[in-house]
Amino acid sequence: MSDRPSYDEQLQQRLREAFPEYPLSTFRGQLRMVAPAAELMSTMRRLKEEFGFDMLVDVTCVDYLHYRGAKDRFGLVYLLADTENNRRLTVRVYLNEPELTVPSMYPLWKAADWLEREVWDMFGIRFAGHPDHRRILLPEEFTAHPLRKDYPLQGRGERHNFPVLTRPES
Amino acid sequence: MAVELPEGVVLSRLDALANWCRKNSLWPMPFATACCGIELMATAASRYDLARFGAEVFRFSPRQADLMIVAGRVVMKMLPVLQRIWLQMPEPKWCISMGACASTGGVFDTYAVVQGIDRFLPVDMYIPGCPPRPEQLIQAVLDLQEKIQAEGTLSGREFQRPWAQVRRRVFDPQGLVQLEVPPALRSEQASRN
Repeated sequence: MSDRPSYDEQLQQRLREAFPEYPLSTFRGQLRMVAPAAELMSTMRRLKEEFGFDMLVDVTCVDYLHYRGAKDRFGLVYLLADTENNRRLTVRVYLNEPELTVPSMYPLWKAADWLEREVWDMFGIRFAGHPDHRRILLPEEFTAHPLRKDYPLQGRGERHNFPVLTRPES
Repeated sequence: MAVELPEGVVLSRLDALANWCRKNSLWPMPFATACCGIELMATAASRYDLARFGAEVFRFSPRQADLMIVAGRVVMKMLPVLQRIWLQMPEPKWCISMGACASTGGVFDTYAVVQGIDRFLPVDMYIPGCPPRPEQLIQAVLDLQEKIQAEGTLSGREFQRPWAQVRRRVFDPQGLVQLEVPPALRSEQASRN
């Protein structure tokens, strides 16, 4: 065993120095960081260029409505990976209505294209600068964002809003 | 007074002859979206062998099929496709709703899953099960054959009967679905009572 800090410890140290105000924690060996929405783009750019997180694994979202002890409505989650050193980092951004717009990560990682479209589809978070800001899973005419906690599980009747074909007609 | 028939001649109604031809050569269109589709494939394969009942020629083009087997859940994005395929099938045509999901939505009582295809399409046979056994599907095909033999007409008049019409559903934004009984069906109900 050497006295040199491990790569994980070095990474934590470097992240603390680079982003002193951002809460950084570990959970079961995984690094987590919370970034403010206003500085998201610059933070992510530094994470990619200085820290080597060259892969965007996932963009997803959590609706904290009715969640015990939650202060913010939405938690936008970016999962980053450094494929050279095999390290991962979770970046979380808290959002509240009515400002549900964050810059798109498409200029940094092309993978953001469909991932951000899915978050828009299910949670209604807007991504400024996205090249193709459309729904991805639900039909175009759908108006709600169904993974929000204030949306009823059985929908608002969208699943029954179709013409009925009868025998003589078909 | 009976007419003496030469040997080898059988008298029948033209309707019955047409029904006999139709029921023994059903061409299914497999609309398989979920695990019921696996049972559907098993039914068509050698062990259960749907060919014994004349329904082995699965066609993936609706233009060449006359029996649509909806096997699996149908989501609201898929329903317009299902309706279009149904409209593309030539008459006479029948529909089997296979399994709990196609018939009622099954356990998938969510915003995206249609709660029974019979809300939007005419269905002839329902098969319970999750998924149904191949024997159940075979039984449904046999029952459908019986239905075709009993009710079918050369001109397809049975499809025009009031009971063959699906009740119209009126959608209102509250999410409540009201039923509207067509006038023809109402008068038939009244005459029966």
